[in-house]
This record gives sequence, structure tokens and C-alpha cells, in this order.
Amino acid sequence: MIRVEHLTKIFEDKLVLDDISCTFDKGKTNLIIGQSGSGKTVFLKTIVGLITPTQGDIFYCDTNFTQLNHIQQKEIRKKIGMLFQGAALFDSATVEENVMFPLHMFTDMSDKEKIEHVNFCLERVNVTGANDLFPSEISGGMKKRVGLARAIVLNPEYLFCDEPNSGLDPQTAILIDELIKDITDEFHTTTIVNTHDMNSVMGIGEKVIFIHQGKKAWEGNNKEILNSDNEALNKFVFANQMAQELRKARSIKK
Amino acid sequence: MRILLYHLGNYFILLTKVFARPEKTKAYYRQFIQEVNNIGLNSMGIILIISLFMGSVITLQTAYNTESPFLPKYLIGLGCRDSMILELSSTMLALIMAGKVGSNIASELGTMRITEQIDALESMGINSASYLILPKIVASLFFFPLFTILSIIIGILGGWLSVAITGVISITDFNYGLQYGFNPFYITYTLIKSVIFGFIISSVSSYYGYTVEGGALEVGRASTKAVVYSSINVLLFNVLLTQLLMS
Repeated sequence: MIRVEHLTKIFEDKLVLDDISCTFDKGKTNLIIGQSGSGKTVFLKTIVGLITPTQGDIFYCDTNFTQLNHIQQKEIRKKIGMLFQGAALFDSATVEENVMFPLHMFTDMSDKEKIEHVNFCLERVNVTGANDLFPSEISGGMKKRVGLARAIVLNPEYLFCDEPNSGLDPQTAILIDELIKDITDEFHTTTIVNTHDMNSVMGIGEKVIFIHQGKKAWEGNNKEILNSDNEALNKFVFANQMAQELRKARSIKK
Repeated sequence: MRILLYHLGNYFILLTKVFARPEKTKAYYRQFIQEVNNIGLNSMGIILIISLFMGSVITLQTAYNTESPFLPKYLIGLGCRDSMILELSSTMLALIMAGKVGSNIASELGTMRITEQIDALESMGINSASYLILPKIVASLFFFPLFTILSIIIGILGGWLSVAITGVISITDFNYGLQYGFNPFYITYTLIKSVIFGFIISSVSSYYGYTVEGGALEVGRASTKAVVYSSINVLLFNVLLTQLLMS
């Protein structure tokens, strides 16, 4: 479980995160949603420790991450797997080398064991026969899946995904969402997904936190989100014409 | 002045991160081997070509501009040797390498920064500054003196060839000049300079690449800055080292 208390982040004189408090449950896919520029990515990167908060505390289980020194933070980070928006695969390394990288850095496995484990993870995300390809030679969806394989290769306790299906076609986006959900259930990880895709929210949003102008504006799950009274959330959820008409139809029905 | 101090401070903070204890030496060794290829072997061709022509031109220029009966002919060989050893093979070569290696390092790290590859390393708990920059610095410290020695040899060979082809002086005079009044300290001096220039180019370029913020445009700007500031520092340290070592 991850607990965030009164998290605030100010860049120079711009308030990006404003006193956010929430918890992310273990074994669930926790979604952070919000419009572009609402502070989702800063929030996620602050939780991981890539950005230092101006104020507030982040607890991994009962350990206050913000109070730890650099070396102690490193120990927590070894339990973290992260999928970045653009997958962030190392350009100069092949798919296999990319997934193997955390094993090289943090385990004493033999080369044979490493390859077996890498192949297991690649199969888990449905990538086969691409071990020797470079990131520039594979599609966007495949990059995300390889990124996910790299994120889970050390069996992380915490899985972070920053916009995992941005730039993907709807079908591939659903596949990635399903993968994230399956991996969360299988490894019992605390998964936090940053997204503005309503399909993801409805599909895997076991817990949803809505960020609006740097503040936590709503918290709930994918079943509650359509019936919320929060105006900003409704604007976000029913953004397009079709969704608005659906909403109208629902209210008439009621 | 404030900007200068800001960058100087950040540069030294980055260096403290770079020289922190490596997580796993074996992984760093693998990176070092990659840098040996990037910084070392890939630069050999340009060094050979530039040094050959530098040696050749400096010999012909000296020959055509010192046509005096009071000046012995062997001075042309001596001039070629000392120019190559003292300045051309260290300083000139460093300026050229600032362009080639410096821009390469800055754009590589800058691209890694904007595509979140550096964030990916950090999120895994890896000291990205050390993992990415230290092997570049070590490879530069190892290769720049080697480049200098190679450049001296090829430059002198270029001078010798130009004499042999044009016949501007006799080969005997040129060879005599090459051996005349040789001071072995000149080699020590040029090697010290090349090590320091290697450090400056790799670390300054890494700094500008690693600290990129923004997009592709900023990577291009960082690359240009890396070349400009590496070159200025090379020239500055050339004066300082010459005064310190030769006075």
C-alpha cells in the first residue's frame, strides 16, 4: 500500500500539486485521472521519487519515503517497476537486453537463468520472437509491452504506469490495460496508472483518483464515476458529444 | 556572473554524483567497453586524416615562409616535430574532438533525458549520472593521450611525406631536424594536457547533455553549448597549463 499525505509541489512560483492526500491499495489497479496539464505525471513522478515534493509525505507501507536518504530510497526503488509514457527503452540495447537490464544490475543470476526469466516476462506480455530487435524496429504497442516486461522483471511490489496507452489504437490500448490488470492480480502489486483514457477508467479502474488543477477533486471507483455530482469530473468524463447524449439519456431514464 | 556560478555549482554537484561508488562494477565495465567503441575507435579515422594534413601543411608553410640563408633547413623538421608535439596534437586535436565527441555525448545524454530513459534508470534505483557519465570520462581519459601520441606520429609522417613529394628540402635535413634538440619533457607536457582536455570535454559535454530540459530543440542547443564551452575551457586550460608546466 502507498499512502500520500498533504503532497504539495511548487515549481518556481507555479503550484502544480496542491495538498493531495490519498491511499493506493495493494492488489488493485489504482488510477490517477485528469486532463492534460492537471499534474498527473508530476504526481506520479513525485510518488516514485523522481521529483522532490515541496511539502508532504509519501509512505510505502509504513516507511516514510520522503524522510529517507538517497541510499535508503534506492532500496525502495528496487521494489518499484515503472512503465513510462514513451516506454523509455534504451535505444542502444535490444529488447532482450532492455528487459535483462535490471537483472544485470540487481541480481546474481547466471546468464542462462537471466535469459529464461527474460523470456518468461516477454511471453507474459505476449512478445515473442523479438528478443534481438532494437526499440526502433518495433511498434509503439510492442514498446509498451516490452517496457512492461522490464517493469515486472524483478517481481516488483509497486507498479507505476504513466499513460500506458497513449498513442495506441483502441484495441492495443485495451490489451495493455488487460495486461496491467492481470499482472496486478497475479503479482499482487500496488499498481498506479496515470491515464486520461475513459476506456481504461471503465475497464480497470478499481480505484480512481481525479486530479483537477493540481488538487484531488474526486475519489471513487469505475462504478461510481458515472453517477458523480462533481462538475469538473463530469466535464472530463462526458467530454465528447456522444458521452453527453448518453448522460442526458440516463438522466431522462432516471 | 550568477549564471556562471549556477552552472559551475551544478557541474560540481553532478561530478560528485558521477564519482559516487558504482552499484555493480561489471555493468559499468560493459558500458566502458561501449564507450571505448564510441569515443575511441570511432574517432580514429578523423584523427588520422586531420593529423596527416596538419603535419603536412605545417611543414610546407614553415618551408615556404623561412627561405632565408641565415636559417638552417633542418629547422623545418624541428618546427614540424615541436608544433605537433606541443600544440597541434593536443590542443588542436582537443578542439576537433570537442566537436566530434562533445556533441555526440551531449546529444546522446540529452535524448536519453527527454525520452525518459534517464528517469527509467533512476526509478530502478540506479545512479544514472554515474552509470552513464563515468564510463565516458574514463574512456576519454584513456583515449585522449593515445590520440595525441597517434596524432604526433601521423603528423610527423605527413610532414615527411610532403617533403618527400614536393622536395622543398632534402629528406636528410628534415630527418636531422626531427632529431635535433629533442626535449623529452615535451611529451610529458602534451600528455598531461591531453588527459585534462579529455576530462574537460567529456565532463562538460555530459553536463550539458544530462541537464537538458524540454524537447528535441533543446537537445540541439545543448549539443552546441557542449562544443562551445568545452572548446573555451580547453583554450583556457591550455594557457594555464602552459604557464604552469613550461615556465
